[in-house]
Amino acid sequence: MTPKSKAQDKSNTNKARTRVSKTYKLFIAGKFPRTESGRYYAFTAQSAGSSFKANICTSSRKDFRNAVVAARSVQKSWAAASACLRGQILYRLAEILEDRRDQFIGELILQGASIKHANKEVDASIDRLVYYAGWSDKYQQIFSNVNPVSSSHFNFSILEPTGVVAILPPAAEENQCGLLGMISNIAPAIVGGNTCVFLTNEKQPLTAISFAEVIQASDVPGGVVNILTGSNVELMALFASHKDVNSLVHMEKSLEDNKKIQELASENLKRVICRSEMRWHENIAESPYMIEETQEVKTTWHPIGN
Amino acid sequence: MTETHSSLNFDTGWQYAPAPESTEHIQIDKQYKLFINGEFSAPQQGKYFTTSNPATEEKLSRIAQAGKSDVNRAVRAARNAYEQTWSKMPSKERAKYIFRIARAIQERAREFSVIETLDGGKPIRESRDIDIPLAAAHFFYYAGWADKLKYAFPGAQVKPLGVAGQIIPWNFPLLMAAWKIAPALACGNTVVIKPAETTSLSALKLAELFQDIDLPPGVVNIVTGDSSTGAALVEHPDVDKIAFTGSTSVGKQIMHSIAGSHKKYSLELGGKAANIVFADAPIDQAVEGIVNAIFFNQGHVCCAGSRLLVQESVAEELCFKLRERMQTLILGDPLDKNTDIGAINSKVQLDKIQSYINIGIDEGGQIYQSSAKLPNKGYWCPPTIFTGMAQSNRLVQEEIFGPVLAIQSFRTASEAIDKANNTAYGLSGGVWTDKGSKIFKVTSALRAGVIWANTFNKFDPASPFGGYKESGMGREGGIQGLSTYLSMELSNDA
Amino acid sequence: MATMAISKSKLPDLSKIKPVDEIGVNERVERFCTRSIKNEAKNTALKLTLSMIDLTTLEGQDTPGKVKQLCQKAIHLHSSLPGLPSVAAVCVYPTMIGTAREALKNHDIRIASVATAFPSGMSTRSVKLMETKYAVSEGADEIDMVISRGAMLAGEYSAVFDEIAAIKEACGTAHLKVILETGELGTLDRVRKASELAIHAGADFIKTSTGKIQPAATMQTTLVMLQAIRDHYHATGNKVGMKPAGGISTSKLAIHYLVMLRETLGNDWLTPALFRFGASSLANDVLMQLQRQTDGLYQSPDYFSKD
Repeated sequence: MTPKSKAQDKSNTNKARTRVSKTYKLFIAGKFPRTESGRYYAFTAQSAGSSFKANICTSSRKDFRNAVVAARSVQKSWAAASACLRGQILYRLAEILEDRRDQFIGELILQGASIKHANKEVDASIDRLVYYAGWSDKYQQIFSNVNPVSSSHFNFSILEPTGVVAILPPAAEENQCGLLGMISNIAPAIVGGNTCVFLTNEKQPLTAISFAEVIQASDVPGGVVNILTGSNVELMALFASHKDVNSLVHMEKSLEDNKKIQELASENLKRVICRSEMRWHENIAESPYMIEETQEVKTTWHPIGN
Repeated sequence: MTETHSSLNFDTGWQYAPAPESTEHIQIDKQYKLFINGEFSAPQQGKYFTTSNPATEEKLSRIAQAGKSDVNRAVRAARNAYEQTWSKMPSKERAKYIFRIARAIQERAREFSVIETLDGGKPIRESRDIDIPLAAAHFFYYAGWADKLKYAFPGAQVKPLGVAGQIIPWNFPLLMAAWKIAPALACGNTVVIKPAETTSLSALKLAELFQDIDLPPGVVNIVTGDSSTGAALVEHPDVDKIAFTGSTSVGKQIMHSIAGSHKKYSLELGGKAANIVFADAPIDQAVEGIVNAIFFNQGHVCCAGSRLLVQESVAEELCFKLRERMQTLILGDPLDKNTDIGAINSKVQLDKIQSYINIGIDEGGQIYQSSAKLPNKGYWCPPTIFTGMAQSNRLVQEEIFGPVLAIQSFRTASEAIDKANNTAYGLSGGVWTDKGSKIFKVTSALRAGVIWANTFNKFDPASPFGGYKESGMGREGGIQGLSTYLSMELSNDA
Repeated sequence: MATMAISKSKLPDLSKIKPVDEIGVNERVERFCTRSIKNEAKNTALKLTLSMIDLTTLEGQDTPGKVKQLCQKAIHLHSSLPGLPSVAAVCVYPTMIGTAREALKNHDIRIASVATAFPSGMSTRSVKLMETKYAVSEGADEIDMVISRGAMLAGEYSAVFDEIAAIKEACGTAHLKVILETGELGTLDRVRKASELAIHAGADFIKTSTGKIQPAATMQTTLVMLQAIRDHYHATGNKVGMKPAGGISTSKLAIHYLVMLRETLGNDWLTPALFRFGASSLANDVLMQLQRQTDGLYQSPDYFSKD
């Protein structure tokens, strides 16, 4: 049973009704499909005294492929949306997350967080969305420049999104940031006009799929964020090797995984961004440089003449 | 343009007399050693290879082949210099050394130009007017950054990486050395650099220059050799950063081979840039731009406009004018000041280009080559264009790195954009139209790192250069060129 | 008469004229200037330059005396250098044609005269026609007319065209050079447009400038005009001549022009029949260079006659 707010718990027990439990599905192209593979794994509550159970989809390579197709198909139009609009959409995410904070606190607790940590994490997650919402129409100004070339040309450099960003999850053991870690990686990618495919940690699927519902309830176009659940070990190589993925964000600490990821990523010269040292609760885990990491610099020359 | 097409006569009458640049003041030693720790030092295995003039096939000098142990020595020297000298030196002092390099190159510009042309085959006009002045300008630009780095990264603190291992190609030998060395030094790193096997001389002259200006020993070390030398440098555990310019396939190998290490990397790789000419383009300037895009430096340019996309309504006129313009390109002695098209850099490269020309013919393209007479000795390829090409042709898909242009037509802007982007590369692109709003539409839609509107193949130290997708990662030049030589730290202060 | 002329030539479709990018033109010109012309190629170019010069005096203070002396210079460029070609023409005001004709009797040097209310062109069509006919009747082999820049800038292209066509008719067998006065046209696009109008209206030559307005001839404007000539040749097979005038006073610059001419229009245009320099002081600089090529010494202007 979900430890939502106390009031909810109470009303449920009082009426002694049978709770309707949620089916946790994947989030691809703005829809909630089950994994095409039919595979699942059982999630059980990590919090003491809870009997919560859920079957979580184990995404297959085809689910990942579909997610990349979805992400690719909307990337151009998402990047073409005005910076101001992207900012408002991210802010909308924060609004809805704030509205559903109790649900997320509950799920974080089920994923093993203390009440205190869960509260703090939801607060930080909302604030992080607001933080990046505010960057939408500013990072370009920070990183763009007019270059004083010696010839009679107007020369300027701007940032453009790399395209599709695949994000492998932070390990569950690392300061329990199922929600914050996810948002801290998705927000800088999409605020810059990228679309993304996010794989959640096996131990933190609830907040991920519930956050997908927040995304769906906001104005984020379908396909901009795609969320998969399943096995990191199984999918890591696919994320790193898919040739239509432009950037790969990961948080792997082990030398072996880092090596494997970069080797596979070299196949299409993916941008590989390792954020293994990030401490998600700290201010340094948010910066415009994280937006810049999944951007390309485009320089344009134009003659100045008559 | 009507059907008449009266053609011009360039063949009879007044022709230019030979105007060779003098080589009298050029000193090329019979043999060059490695440059390690501020001194020329023999390779431990005692191996040397020959470097020759691709325009005459004459031997110029012998160049040391650096082995693993030599690379070790060079990295050790760079590490010591980093720890004991360069990273401790106040940034203002560091800047002054880099300024000195810029000035010394300017002073010896003529000498560098001639050597670049002798060793690489490029026209003296290009080495004199482009390669060497730009190399000096690059040092001058980055010198000024050395003591201002904190302003380049708002809200962050930056530190040098340590020892940078750099591998450069043969198409712009000194310029690529400058692109690599200048930002590395400005950011406080020390350098081990490996020039391309066929074009080591200008880097070795640069080593002499470093001695002349008293650059502290070990700050820049130059290890000459073949790909095994490069591999030893890439794999060396005490190198903190790899900067590579070259082919995409080698770039991938490098990224693969340093996977799992702490090494930062920047890669500047191949390209297959589309040059898009709309019907409303300034057509005579577009013809010139096309010539500059594909025949500059014999097409040995990673950002060459090797695909021409021309709007159907002007395709015939444009191609006619292009063919006529090609007839006025002077091919021959690279040392002649009037030469437009020099020698192909090596036999290997010439064979590769020739094989692509054969592929183009086999695939049914219509070939046109300038009727320039090729010298008997040396490696030469006349300016070549293929019309009637399609996306499916290999000449449209693959980087040739030679003076060979594949021409396709298109009907609408969106078709042109789709075709231009339909490639694994993304280094550069060109757009020709007189309509301002169309320029911004098309330049925004092209997935490439450098876009030239109504111009092509322009370079400047203040202008970042580098590609999307398989054309590499990281930028060289401009403020963006700094970050690949630094590590960044943020502070938690809100 | 004007209507007759129009029936012969046709106003070009100005919408088909391609735009010109100034920076691209500048870069092309820079390339021409990097050509290194040495030894026999330089000698040939210098002599060619001499043969292409329209030796000019167009001053309010011109007198028969001055014009006679100029003609003497045209005939006797530099007697210590044998085998020199003579200049192509002398260029004078209409009232000086008679004097020049007398002075150049028995010499193969053409007489060019400006007409059409030179240099401003600010007069009526009938006055311009009358002046043209007068110049022809006085014996001018070539008429250098000015276009109406005001009409050009006001967008009255057919008026510009009609006027050129009418003057062409009035020239009869005399060759018509049409001065665009590019320094007053403002953009290279307009230079190109005016070139097309002049060519289509029957110009035998198009010419940059009167020499009275700065900038006079530049390599940039000349290149754009050469390209118009080239495209006309491609389309029709007809060869129109080119005359840059004003500001070309050194042999070095003249050779840059010849390089540009050769690489834009080919070697067939390397003849006084199709290319002229409108210049007064260029000749002596060329002579100094030729003398140096001969004796290897750097020269002083004191050794070269100034008329």
